[in-house]
Amino acid sequence: MEVFIQTLVAGILIGGVYALIGLGMTLIMGVMRIINLAHGQLMMVAMYITFLLYEYLGLDPYYALLIAPPALFVLGVAIQKYLLNPLLEVDSIIPQNQILMTVGIGMVLTETMRFIFHSDYKSVKTSYSSATFMIGSICWNVPMVVAFGLAVLLTACLFLFLLKTDTGKSVRATAQNKDAALIMGINAEWITQLTYGLGAAMAAAGGTLLLPIYYLFPDVGAPFTLKAFIITVLGGMGSTVGAILGGLVLGVAESLGATYISMALKDAVGMVIFVLVLLFLPGGLKTLTKV
Amino acid sequence: MKHRPALTALGVLAVLAIFPLVISSDYYRHIVIIALMWVVIGSSWNLLAGYTGQISFGHAIFFGVGAYSAGICTTKLGISAWWGMLLGGPLAMLSGLLLGWICFRLRGSYFNLATLAIGEVFRQVAIFWRDLTDGMQGILIITTFRSKVIYYFLALGLAALCVFTISRIMKSKWGFYFIAIREDQDAAEAMGISSFRYKSLSLAVSSFFTGLAGAFYMNYMGFIDPEVVFSLYFISIMAILVAIIGGAGTIWGPAVGAFIMVLLHELFRSSFFGYAPKWVSSTHALAFGLLVILAIRFMANGVVGDLPRIFNLWTRKEPIPPVEEGSGL
Repeated sequence: MEVFIQTLVAGILIGGVYALIGLGMTLIMGVMRIINLAHGQLMMVAMYITFLLYEYLGLDPYYALLIAPPALFVLGVAIQKYLLNPLLEVDSIIPQNQILMTVGIGMVLTETMRFIFHSDYKSVKTSYSSATFMIGSICWNVPMVVAFGLAVLLTACLFLFLLKTDTGKSVRATAQNKDAALIMGINAEWITQLTYGLGAAMAAAGGTLLLPIYYLFPDVGAPFTLKAFIITVLGGMGSTVGAILGGLVLGVAESLGATYISMALKDAVGMVIFVLVLLFLPGGLKTLTKV
Repeated sequence: MKHRPALTALGVLAVLAIFPLVISSDYYRHIVIIALMWVVIGSSWNLLAGYTGQISFGHAIFFGVGAYSAGICTTKLGISAWWGMLLGGPLAMLSGLLLGWICFRLRGSYFNLATLAIGEVFRQVAIFWRDLTDGMQGILIITTFRSKVIYYFLALGLAALCVFTISRIMKSKWGFYFIAIREDQDAAEAMGISSFRYKSLSLAVSSFFTGLAGAFYMNYMGFIDPEVVFSLYFISIMAILVAIIGGAGTIWGPAVGAFIMVLLHELFRSSFFGYAPKWVSSTHALAFGLLVILAIRFMANGVVGDLPRIFNLWTRKEPIPPVEEGSGL
């Protein structure tokens, strides 16, 4: 029982960060109807920024939260503006060429980082990287708890932005019906750029939060791209509430899989869930929550 | 001059057949063999995606299944890996039909993602099912022939068979059904075309040839492991690139694309045959990614598809207005 609760705790903590990363992809999915297959790679870039700040300026990874996500926001806006939006005017026989473009962007990001930093594993060893505290007999890892807390905070900020501000409402309007949003005088082109930027920034925040715990290497992005889209599909494409649930479910499922099946099969658990959801619950968790 | 596709095809085939007899360097022969293998994979992907409109991110499944069925013939059954050339195709087709059964109920990006995810599942299974696949250790066999010429003609035969079959299919009733599904699935259904049936047919042919290419790869290279043959980036995505660079939805596009991609890859990998500084070789994957971005941005219909446009740029004539395409999916 103790093992089970411990597993559950670990799963929920990592799930919170997954949810943050997945939310970014869900936003992009909701507004642009494309899957951003460069998502994990954007996260990886943010992790390298955080790593550099730590290595050369001695900046604590949590302070990098003020630098890496805004930097990725700018990168995201530029990607949407110069690479993805122009594709809407390109006449192509392949309907999903925006998705393919994100694949290309992901490759370029990974390989640029590999070219600069080589494939070596890097890590940020802070004083609190392996700090823990106990509540009852359950062990809590400090950086995981902080990551979870900040992830929840950032998620709350995002919801406030989407629900309360004019710009946030414009984003939701564009997601609901782009043509109608255009008629209402919303600058849909800017909204798409803003959304991609926000999505990239959230992935960046997730990456920065994970850095004290994770190793960093150029290929770290690809598995997170997969995780993010599992979350997106699990939650129901484009549903933000669903994505949060999806992130938690994925975190817990991976954690349970690692404890009770095999550590090595952790990543396969997510894939199996993904296929099962596609088969039996194609609308994702959204259809269960009715939100 | 009247355009005669059959004559062009025979001409290309003749040049490719003479090539290994004139060029005695095994290195160049190897490059063309790999390019021919990619002609098979790219054309197969193109049948499903370029013609039927189902963009698969999972063609590594069929390549891997084909390669592993050949390898397992030797390691587990103790027979020659050449039996894989018989088994690989049908087994890949079976996994294709399974994939179709799961994924064809989905459309658009859902379908893309499902194929991608199932591809990853196959890779994981190949890594962890050690009793069958030897896991990450991979499968190593002794190749039968030392001379590359035999492999060369085998690859050429496979590529010719694949391109010929697909061009025949596209002239038949099936081909028109495929295109109808690509252009508008609902309209096709309304016309009485069972989209599930014809998508499955397209996928069956596509996976069959990709499996053959996989079995050939095992026999030719003598070594496979899950990260190579089930690789998302270097098989599934490469298949997409080959077809897109060449021209999706054209018969010759993937063939042209295969040669372009393999040559480019080799140019970068070998630092432009040693003429460029050594660090260039570490950028070959980066060059790949940049090529994807540039190709999709400026040449979305590939070298073959955009040929009239490129030609017009060159002769500075008025550009031909783009052909009105359906909304796709």
